Amino acid sequence: MNPAAFSYHRAGSVQDAIGLLQKHESDGAKLLAGGHSLLPVMKLRLAEPAHLIDIGDIRDLRGVRLDGATIVIGAMTTHRAIERDETLKAQCPLLVDMAKVVGDRQVRARGTIGGTLAHADPAADYPAGILALDAEMVAAGPEGERTIPASDFFVGFLTTALAPEEVLTEVRVPVMAERTGTSYQKLANQASGYAVVGVAAVVTLAADGTCEAARIGITGAGDHATRAPAVEAALVGAKLDDGRVGQACEKADEGIDLLDDLHASADYRRRVVRGLTRRAVLEAVGRAHAG
Amino acid sequence: MIDEGGRPIVPDRHDGLIRSFQLERITVEISVNGSARRAEVEPRTLLVYFLRDSLGLTGTHIGCQTGQCGACTVLLDGEAVKSCMVLAAQAQGHEVKTIEGVAPAGTLHPIQQAFWEEHGLQCGYCTPAMVLSTIALLEDEPSPDEHAIRRALDGNLCRCTGYHNVVKAVRAASEKVAAGAQPEPFFTR
Repeated sequence: MNPAAFSYHRAGSVQDAIGLLQKHESDGAKLLAGGHSLLPVMKLRLAEPAHLIDIGDIRDLRGVRLDGATIVIGAMTTHRAIERDETLKAQCPLLVDMAKVVGDRQVRARGTIGGTLAHADPAADYPAGILALDAEMVAAGPEGERTIPASDFFVGFLTTALAPEEVLTEVRVPVMAERTGTSYQKLANQASGYAVVGVAAVVTLAADGTCEAARIGITGAGDHATRAPAVEAALVGAKLDDGRVGQACEKADEGIDLLDDLHASADYRRRVVRGLTRRAVLEAVGRAHAG
Repeated sequence: MIDEGGRPIVPDRHDGLIRSFQLERITVEISVNGSARRAEVEPRTLLVYFLRDSLGLTGTHIGCQTGQCGACTVLLDGEAVKSCMVLAAQAQGHEVKTIEGVAPAGTLHPIQQAFWEEHGLQCGYCTPAMVLSTIALLEDEPSPDEHAIRRALDGNLCRCTGYHNVVKAVRAASEKVAAGAQPEPFFTR
């Protein structure tokens, strides 16, 4: 099973990739990262780009580094690398937890964080975490660099705020505040491993144990990942016991146009969204207490 | 049909327009099992076809071609990957190891030996890939428990469903490798 014919270009740098995109965009050009979303789509002939621009060998796009109070993750960092990165284990365990449940080991060895975010599969894991962490995406284009907040990045089914001639170069995640806990809860489709629903929670407690900040990211439920503002508002300022959290999480599906497909009905998704949000918040609260 | 430049003219299935293009060939050079191997292929050629069709290394099997089954697993720069999910062009300049390269000819790698002794296979179709995934696992975790083994082999399907003995074989393999076992001559009756 082969993709349709295309011309292959290997970009030596981000500038090179932008130049190639500008040159070939009108004929249909796509960036090739790890290829684990794009190649399957091309094999099914759902996409037939005339040009593939491989950014796999741009070294600068790989790796994780600390920049003051920000963790900078190169777009071409693989899930395997995220899973094993010591900086992330210490400073951002949520992304490590998510990387571990992406696909299988071979997929994690090739798939990249930038590739999965730019592809914006509605059932991908990271979008939930990226929203809950309030991360920023850095995009480089012909006019230079710009920063896109997570809340503006996912705009629809397989659609992001990236322009056709832009390259996603970095994901910037703030270092966790004190007394913060995180959790990712996922109901995986048993055949594909994709999330039927996935919920990420980031909860920060005040010194007296009340909730100072809460952010929830939900994937798999609608055509793109979203925050759950109604739950967040109901959590902030409260003592987060089981009852309070359970009540707040009844609002988890508010504002989501729930998918209804062969994997799960809309009604089932509604129940799973609420249940997983509750589990994610409670686990995050427990971890915040544990310090 | 060909156009005035001698290029094939192919109707586009989706927009009904006629497009003409040269069937492009590129030269790809990959280090395979320690030696530089070069072939001329179409840019869309998957690594698994490069290995099997251009190089004749048919120990890498094709199961689903959709990235589900893992029968085409090889090591790319030491990491287990599915070779139907990588373009040959992407592997240009990188190192690939296939089942043919895990032990000298006529010998079995200790992991292969363990799969034989524990009967870690039924029809054998998924076995080369299982062995390569096990090599990658034991590089990271020399003595994995059952959970770690099952997690590492999650991307390798056995449609005979012989997973129980596969897990036993990987356990036995980890002990052999830890004890410094070397490739053994292949036993034939």
